[in-house]
Amino acid sequence: MATRLNHWLWNEMEIWDLHCHLSGVPGNTPEARLDKLLEYADRFGVARLCVYMGMEWAYDPSPEKLRDDNDQVLRALKHRPDRVLGFVYLNPKHIEASLHELDRCVRDGPMVGVKLWVAQRCNTPELDPIIARATELKAVIFQHTWLKITGNLPGESTPMDLAELAARHPKAALICGHSGGDWERGLRAIRPCQNVYADLAGGDPTAGLTEMAVRELGAERVIYGSDIGGRSFASQLAKVYGAEIPQKTKALILGANLKRLLQPILKDKGIKA
Amino acid sequence: MRPGLFTRRRFLGLASAASGAAVLRCETVSAPRHARTASALVDVNVSLSQWPLRRLALSNTTGLVAKLRGNNVISAWAGTFDGLLHKDLAGVNARLTHECQRNGRGVLRPFGSINPMLPDWEEELRRCADEHRMPGIRLHPNYHGYSLSDPNFARLLKLAAERRLIVQLALVMEDERMMHPLLQARPVDTAPLAGLVKQMPSLRLVLLNALRTLRAKPLLDLIAAGNVFVEISMLEGIGGVGNLLQQVPSTRVLFGSHAPLFYFESSLFKLRESPLSDEQMRNIRAANARTLAAAFQRRTML
Ligand SMILES: [Zn+2]
Repeated sequence: MATRLNHWLWNEMEIWDLHCHLSGVPGNTPEARLDKLLEYADRFGVARLCVYMGMEWAYDPSPEKLRDDNDQVLRALKHRPDRVLGFVYLNPKHIEASLHELDRCVRDGPMVGVKLWVAQRCNTPELDPIIARATELKAVIFQHTWLKITGNLPGESTPMDLAELAARHPKAALICGHSGGDWERGLRAIRPCQNVYADLAGGDPTAGLTEMAVRELGAERVIYGSDIGGRSFASQLAKVYGAEIPQKTKALILGANLKRLLQPILKDKGIKA
Repeated sequence: MRPGLFTRRRFLGLASAASGAAVLRCETVSAPRHARTASALVDVNVSLSQWPLRRLALSNTTGLVAKLRGNNVISAWAGTFDGLLHKDLAGVNARLTHECQRNGRGVLRPFGSINPMLPDWEEELRRCADEHRMPGIRLHPNYHGYSLSDPNFARLLKLAAERRLIVQLALVMEDERMMHPLLQARPVDTAPLAGLVKQMPSLRLVLLNALRTLRAKPLLDLIAAGNVFVEISMLEGIGGVGNLLQQVPSTRVLFGSHAPLFYFESSLFKLRESPLSDEQMRNIRAANARTLAAAFQRRTML
């Protein structure tokens, strides 16, 4: 069915989703939740899901919690290696444990990226060894960011923080989660950083987001993601399908850019894309 | 075909949304006429004029109407962004009516803005009903600076119900985390609403942009209180419409896009994301809105 829908509706583009979670999805195990995610993904012909973090989230996870979360993603990966790509969840407050998890899940395991959330702001020096090591391993680094007029969480990064980090690590492939939430400011903050990509996921499907991202960053630096299960595939895919941009730009955003970004590590791991 | 998956006919109807895919457009054009009719949509949440903080691609009426018609929207209930901040709402509502007539191509139905904090707002309500012959009105309490426990609000609901006007109440217009620092309009607190609704059995209330902040028991209590409807523009989560319908009868759920502030495709794709029965799909796409609007037509015939 997925193939047929693909052929009818989304036939010109292979869709890869940069931003998926096991939380907010029905099911008692990572495998069951992944199956559910894929059931919905198939309704839109989404071929690959990048999955990170466990079934229940912690803002400031302990080393044990990190390991648990990553184990859940590893289970999902093992269940459907043909459909899932895994990012390892790390916490810069626990550097040793994070570097260990990075080795376990990326160097010695099947994961291809790093996820950093809201434990610690990303401009702090604690991130440097993590970013350096991830870059050696050719892993892409996804950093959540948001600029909230209602106030950020204490450890929550802004796109400006990410720009600082990017300047210290020009060879790292960094992704600006949610394009900063308040994307009209967030996109500006990362505009000068050629190694920072914009994640379209997780905010309202506000018209103009994708057009501005393409205008200011160039089509190659913009990547579709859903932030499912908290959001819907529908609202997030609409940001690309509804945007007034050329078809070939939509194809870049929906899959080709992410594929290109992951190509070195996929190749190293022998993952066919 | 497994249950829950789309029948070809229904798929073709929905799919006219996917302006992206060339193949699809061909299939839609060749779809039988009855398929296209069955897929008609009523969009209860669009707005005309300029969003104050951003230029929107579809802020010109012609462009918006073309987008709507291209996606099988046969009727769209249109408020106006001018109603948020302008004080001369008499002018705002007259322009809205004129614009719907002039550029609406038979699709746009005007829903005027009423601010019960302004002097002589009752005259505004009268004009909306008698002069502009609107099916309903749209309220923005968080931009107009009143709470739902204000006696003027209760009076407004009562008068609107007497005139058989549909009342649309927008709980929020955008994510409060990214509002302009000088224009932070927090979501409307709906706590007093269920009590008011219970006292007005003839009131028909449509909550716009409600489902991000209004959930679970407060939502169910409100739905149970009277003729209360919700639309799906701010509904989120995986399989959102399906989840909603496990709690709320499909007869109370309407299709709303919040275009042009939101990409129109967002709500459209939500109907695709959840496996829905034919009846649920029919109700949400158009039937419920048509039933609501029919009461208005009876009023204009009187
Ligand atoms: Zn996320």
